Amino acid sequence: MVKAETNIELNSQAHVHRDDLGARMGMWLFLFTEVLLFGGMFLVYAVYRFQYSDEFRLAAMELNTGIGALNTIILLTSSLTVAASITAIQKGNKLLSIFLLISTIIFALVFMVNKFFEWSAKISHGIYPGSPELLEKQNGEILFFGLYYVMTGLHALHVIIGVVILVFILVFVIKNKINADDHVKLENSGLYWHLVDLIWIFLFPLFYLIH
Amino acid sequence: MADGNIAVAEKSFYQESTNRYKGILSWLLSTDHKRVGLMYLIAIASFFVIGAIFGILMRLELIAPGKTIMDAQTYNTLFTLHGVLMIFLFIIPGLPVIFGNFFLPIMIGARDVAFPRLNLLSFWIYIVGAILVVVSLLLPGGPIDTGWTFYIPYSIRTSTNVSMAIFAAFVLGFSSILTGVNFITTIHRMRAPGMTWFKMPLFVWSTYATAWIQIIATPVIGITILLVILERMFGVGIFDPALGGDPLLFQHMFWIYSHPAVYIMILPAMGVVSEIVPTFARRTIFGYKAIAISSLAIAFVGYLVWAHHMFTSGISDTARWIFSLLTFLVALPSAVKVFNWVATMYKGSIDPKPPFLWVMAFIVLFSIGGLTGLVLGSLATDVHLHDTYFVVAHFHYVMFGGTGTIFFAALFYWFPKMFGKMYSIKWANIGVALFFISFNLLYFPKFIMGYMGMPRRYFDYLPQFEPLQVVSTIGSWLMGITLIIVFGNLIYSLRNGKKAPANPWGGVTLEWHVPSPPPLENFDEIPTVTHEPYDFSQLKEMKYGEG
Repeated sequence: MVKAETNIELNSQAHVHRDDLGARMGMWLFLFTEVLLFGGMFLVYAVYRFQYSDEFRLAAMELNTGIGALNTIILLTSSLTVAASITAIQKGNKLLSIFLLISTIIFALVFMVNKFFEWSAKISHGIYPGSPELLEKQNGEILFFGLYYVMTGLHALHVIIGVVILVFILVFVIKNKINADDHVKLENSGLYWHLVDLIWIFLFPLFYLIH
Repeated sequence: MADGNIAVAEKSFYQESTNRYKGILSWLLSTDHKRVGLMYLIAIASFFVIGAIFGILMRLELIAPGKTIMDAQTYNTLFTLHGVLMIFLFIIPGLPVIFGNFFLPIMIGARDVAFPRLNLLSFWIYIVGAILVVVSLLLPGGPIDTGWTFYIPYSIRTSTNVSMAIFAAFVLGFSSILTGVNFITTIHRMRAPGMTWFKMPLFVWSTYATAWIQIIATPVIGITILLVILERMFGVGIFDPALGGDPLLFQHMFWIYSHPAVYIMILPAMGVVSEIVPTFARRTIFGYKAIAISSLAIAFVGYLVWAHHMFTSGISDTARWIFSLLTFLVALPSAVKVFNWVATMYKGSIDPKPPFLWVMAFIVLFSIGGLTGLVLGSLATDVHLHDTYFVVAHFHYVMFGGTGTIFFAALFYWFPKMFGKMYSIKWANIGVALFFISFNLLYFPKFIMGYMGMPRRYFDYLPQFEPLQVVSTIGSWLMGITLIIVFGNLIYSLRNGKKAPANPWGGVTLEWHVPSPPPLENFDEIPTVTHEPYDFSQLKEMKYGEG
């Protein structure tokens, strides 16, 4: 046992190795892969928007622009609060940082609640992939709603993952594991959250605004 | 060289762990890049052997027309599994995660990768993916039978466990992405003082290019797989013509990943060749920068040639000739490399040890594979050869004859460093010779059969193909024996081999500056690099010079 412990000390030298710039670089690379993941979806969207432009226009009328705009505002605000929480921790204001993180998480949850109502309204009208009512519509409309569910669903999944990450980060901040000196984890989570926001900023006009 | 002193002075990474556990957990939870690399080696070599057994069984079925040992459905399953195992579990991760993990940090003078815990996570994600593949075989519905390309619309219609199997590919892709992120960051941030970009060993360059392809290509297959799964579950319609979708779009998205993926497979192998050739020719590499930059060129151009898999699918003529042109372009950087390797050997003092012999086999097999690739890349001939055995032969020449051969070359080159043991040179030489013979026996007839019109993936065939099919099947038996000799030699040496010196081949890259096997954190003191990577004049001043 004694021997094992000396090993830990010896090894901790290497694993204390801290490289904030490297950590940020790794995160940017990872975000790049996320962009490409959604890029595949945007490619599919572009192909079918081009092929069925009239039917896409028709289908887009059925989406609730109001609720979409509300969610856009909510997500943009949550990006602001997470960015502010990073600044707060950098300035050593732990309480403010915690408050801002909690607000970010609440905004994210509100976004999901809105999404839930939006989806359930559609589903209760019989619009979901494979539904008899949807299958009666034209091909372009079927594809529009198919893409709508897949893309906003995938985005919602990222929101959920983001919330889980932010909850962990919140605990780290409370436990002082993230502090004014060492806050790269919070920064990286913030970057991830901005990405989630950014993807929505593209989804919103593509589905709700272009008529 | 004072072996005894070193053993007393320094413990190897086998004797010290990064965590507080002992026994098996000190491996399974280890963040040490060398232990992770070895765990990958065990897993990947196992899947390779299973995949090879599937291949041998398929060849046995094809020894005579009609049913021989299995029914058609089992055959469909076998060629799918052979593809899935060999591609997603063996050859895509293969060289980067085994040798990249083990040697990349040492070669750039680092103590570990940039994110050691993420590295361990990648390994476990890989294992989860592998388990999912196995589970998909056992669940009701039966194993996937679509071929490893899982083309739409069959992959949505078949009742076999497509979703589970391709979700496994998604998970494996995630592991691949994380490894890529890790390696790029490591190379950018962890190089030792003096290790400038153009002093990096070429294996590091090729791993760097590979990591970029892993990052830019893998997410596309990720989303494609998700769409196929959703299509199967909900009938979204994106790839279903009945609902307005386009099956060709699937092919595009599939190949946007899967073509760059063949460069994920071959680039690290090219890097290993660039290591082995100078060491055994005792000569600095010819055209260092050309080789380094050509890796990046392959990564870049290779991203833009995917539709050459779709020449007969009905895409427009304009698209076809552009993709054909780009395909010819991507052959250039590969040829640059081959010429540079050969030029390196010219007037060198060649020492034909087993790793070098594997490389010689590689150059011949890869050249055949590469040149037949051009036959497939030109439009007129591809129409005739599309989906025939010719494609299968080409693919096996570049992948098995290319990357597979170099997998063995790398094993024989770095085995003494990884395990601190020496294998039997005589049996290793026999292994290479048998490999070269059995390989050509197994795959060359497929070029001829393909040219004669034998379609790939067929369970049955016309009688006129029988002689060549028999030759190929005999080749597969010989290949089986070869693999037993090759792996047998190495496994036997693990226990009974002589202790290997720190620098058995007289290499000069950084891994030969540390003991065999390396200590836990590779270097007592991070080295300062002053020499060019293949400057053999430093052998005299090295701690472990010759032998």
